Amino acid sequence: MSRPFDHIDGSGPQAPPEPGITQPKLGILGYARFFWRQLTSMRTAIVLLLFLAIAAIPGSMWPQRSSDPNGVIQFYANNPTLAPVLDRIQLFDVYTSVWFSAIYLLLFLSLIGCVLPRTLHHVRALRTKPPRTPIRLERLAVFQSTTLTKSELPAELNAATTIEAARAQLRASGYRVALFEDAKGLSVSAERGYLRETGNLVFHTALIGVLVAVGLGGGFGYTGQKVVVEGQSFVNIKGAYDSFTPGRFFTDAALQPYRLTLDEFDAVYEEQSLRAYGQPIDYTAHVTTWLPGGKGTKSTIKVNDPLAFGGNQIYLLGNGYAPKVTVRDGKGNIAFTASVPFLPQDANLTSTGVIRVPDALPEQLAFRGFFYPTAGQLSSGALTSIHPDLRNPVLTLFAYSGDLGLDSGIPQNVYALDPKGLTQIAGGDSGVAAIELQPGQTVDLPDGLGSVTFDTVSPDAAEGDWSHSVPRFASLDIHHDPAQGWVLLFVILGVLGLLSSLFIPRRRVWVKAVELPKGGLRLEYAGLARGEDPGLDGAVAAIAERHALSVKA
Amino acid sequence: MSETFASYALVAIYSAMAVYVLAFVFFTLDLAQRSAANQKPKGEAKVDVASRATIGVVAGQNATAERGAVGVLERDRIAPSDGRTGGRRMERVAFALTALAWILHVAGALFRGLADGHVPWSNMFEFSLVSSGIVVGVFLFLQFWQDLRFLGTYITGFALVVLGVGTVNFYVPVTPLPPALQSYWLVIHVFVATLGTAFFGVGAGLSIVQLLQTRREANRLAGLRFLGTMPGAEKLENLAYRVIVVGFVFWTFTLIAGSIWAERAWGRYWGWDTKEVWTFIIWVLFAGYIHARATRGWRGTRSAWLALIGFGAVAFNYTIVNLFFKGLHVYSGL
Repeated sequence: MSRPFDHIDGSGPQAPPEPGITQPKLGILGYARFFWRQLTSMRTAIVLLLFLAIAAIPGSMWPQRSSDPNGVIQFYANNPTLAPVLDRIQLFDVYTSVWFSAIYLLLFLSLIGCVLPRTLHHVRALRTKPPRTPIRLERLAVFQSTTLTKSELPAELNAATTIEAARAQLRASGYRVALFEDAKGLSVSAERGYLRETGNLVFHTALIGVLVAVGLGGGFGYTGQKVVVEGQSFVNIKGAYDSFTPGRFFTDAALQPYRLTLDEFDAVYEEQSLRAYGQPIDYTAHVTTWLPGGKGTKSTIKVNDPLAFGGNQIYLLGNGYAPKVTVRDGKGNIAFTASVPFLPQDANLTSTGVIRVPDALPEQLAFRGFFYPTAGQLSSGALTSIHPDLRNPVLTLFAYSGDLGLDSGIPQNVYALDPKGLTQIAGGDSGVAAIELQPGQTVDLPDGLGSVTFDTVSPDAAEGDWSHSVPRFASLDIHHDPAQGWVLLFVILGVLGLLSSLFIPRRRVWVKAVELPKGGLRLEYAGLARGEDPGLDGAVAAIAERHALSVKA
Repeated sequence: MSETFASYALVAIYSAMAVYVLAFVFFTLDLAQRSAANQKPKGEAKVDVASRATIGVVAGQNATAERGAVGVLERDRIAPSDGRTGGRRMERVAFALTALAWILHVAGALFRGLADGHVPWSNMFEFSLVSSGIVVGVFLFLQFWQDLRFLGTYITGFALVVLGVGTVNFYVPVTPLPPALQSYWLVIHVFVATLGTAFFGVGAGLSIVQLLQTRREANRLAGLRFLGTMPGAEKLENLAYRVIVVGFVFWTFTLIAGSIWAERAWGRYWGWDTKEVWTFIIWVLFAGYIHARATRGWRGTRSAWLALIGFGAVAFNYTIVNLFFKGLHVYSGL
């Protein structure tokens, strides 16, 4: 690894031993050294890179728990025999799997083993003079010479002065220079492009930096999701999140206290183009944020424009409707009143949700509902939403009574209802039509079990104006990643390193002046590429030309 | 207004496709002529008078006015590798047609952009339109640096397929940009990705010719005589490397710009979404290519195969992954 990385001879395989030669026995240390050599060789690096590329493929073929947990559940449901087999070889967690980690850790070990000695070598090279001029420059790949006869040579010029001119010229164009003298004549040896190797080392070190920063950042950060309905607030404590994923080194102290209220959620839909009618154009969440003891600050969160607040980035990832429903039980008491977020099922925001009323007497009540912001009828008679905005809002409910099973202590999905232990009293096979409501309407439940009201939140609106009758919710993603800045820093360093390591040519150039026996001077110019250097020929020619001009002038 | 521009765009695109077909035909004819003009000298001694006359005629057609048939033959034989054996009329015509088609192509993209009211690369059709245009643009502008016209058949054929399939199979009417795509990162990220794709595409073309040339130089492929008029394998390898390295830098920018956008839009800079996975795979493959170029035993044919596999992954990412894999990079209207 003493040559620059992109030199052809940089790290070739050792020539295979001649057959018949017994090799010395390797001890433990010898084997350790052998494997280290193998690991840090460029061939191993290439093979590991190819392995890494291949090993990444399965992660795009099967759903991953990290990016698509529901996909994994779905896959289990569809392939009950295959899924556990795939799971055993970690095909649902490819990027944290043993085998994927092994490849990239070996790769990074190989990288470190390569970068360290090269850094030492480069530091030494930066402090040493360019090497002695070869005796026979004509053997180099790029060589040219000119001969000045005695008559062409101005009186004040000799080998020393021409070489001094060459030294000054090369130095001025950024070369490191050293003068040498051999039996044939005086020469200047010059080298440039050290930044190529520097950039290369910076690039590879930056990759290690990215890996470390990503690893640590994931450990100290956290992500959480929260659904906030218009008019409601969110407080940044762990219990307030709908779901919360802490990093390995997370402590509650990382949660900065603050409060956030969703004042209003605006959605704008396409109205002009008939082809795209109803497509979303803009979503804006208007929020107010409070730090402890501070005054509220108004701000907005948009889809590509998160809010940075309280050490968090707050993203707007989804939205929908949260119909406000009031349930009175058989005794006429209000057993439930709240805005319940319904999950959108299609682009026109046909949404489904579940309402649980554990406080209803004499029996607990539950409802499974569909909400249509702009209800329209299919030819089958079923309802569907034909526009995502509130033009003709309709809420349909299937009602159940019985025991909700909440006392068993088993956690239940708030968006799904298990009808076990419940009796359907409206909709479906119950013999009673499903409840159908528009904002402001109330319907009595059968058997005197009470009533349901679909409350409007804009009671003063004009007749037929439903635009604000149902509250919307925003689904917020809240992230804390303290290492993000570090990752960006290393990435920028890596790019700068990459650019200089790919595009700065490293080359050696020699100019030699040989005094001819019959008087006169032969000037020799030669160049040697160290790594990719397609412009070497031109560069040596240009140096020779400029030098000849300065000598003749 | 938008509708009018969209229809202008289609007219321009279909015209460009027609002219690309012509350019493709002329480039292919040029390859045929290269084969004819590059009859091997030892074969020439044996050929009968009639076929020699044919060679003379064909070569004479190619030759510029002041140069005779023999001169052309000799020139080709002496300097087969410099790639500057200009003066082929077919090639000149084909190149001019490509330039014309490209102007129409760009006009099509511009009209589509005007119709959209935003950059024309927000769905599969528009991405096909722009990426094929950039491939041809890169091919045209690389001529100022090196004569790569011998890739004309490959480039025009490629552009024709991408543009044709994109327009015929994936055409969508103008629609507003959904909130998820409303970001200046759309402009940067996607545009740089197409630039990277274009350079990888040209590099892959050079690598293909390099592999053929290597076989021919090893005397295992005597059939494709037009190769004799193209640069030697080593020169091709160097050219491919220099083109691909530029592509690699663009791809690195794509990866980074994509991460920054992902951080803004989805709240994480890297989440192993299918498209992210494939962008990463492509990056790693070309990193392997660059290392292979610097390693004895991996130069030449092996690194050329790596370049081809890398470009194959680009094509796979763009077609199969877009159409059949589930992920966050869903194209609107696809």
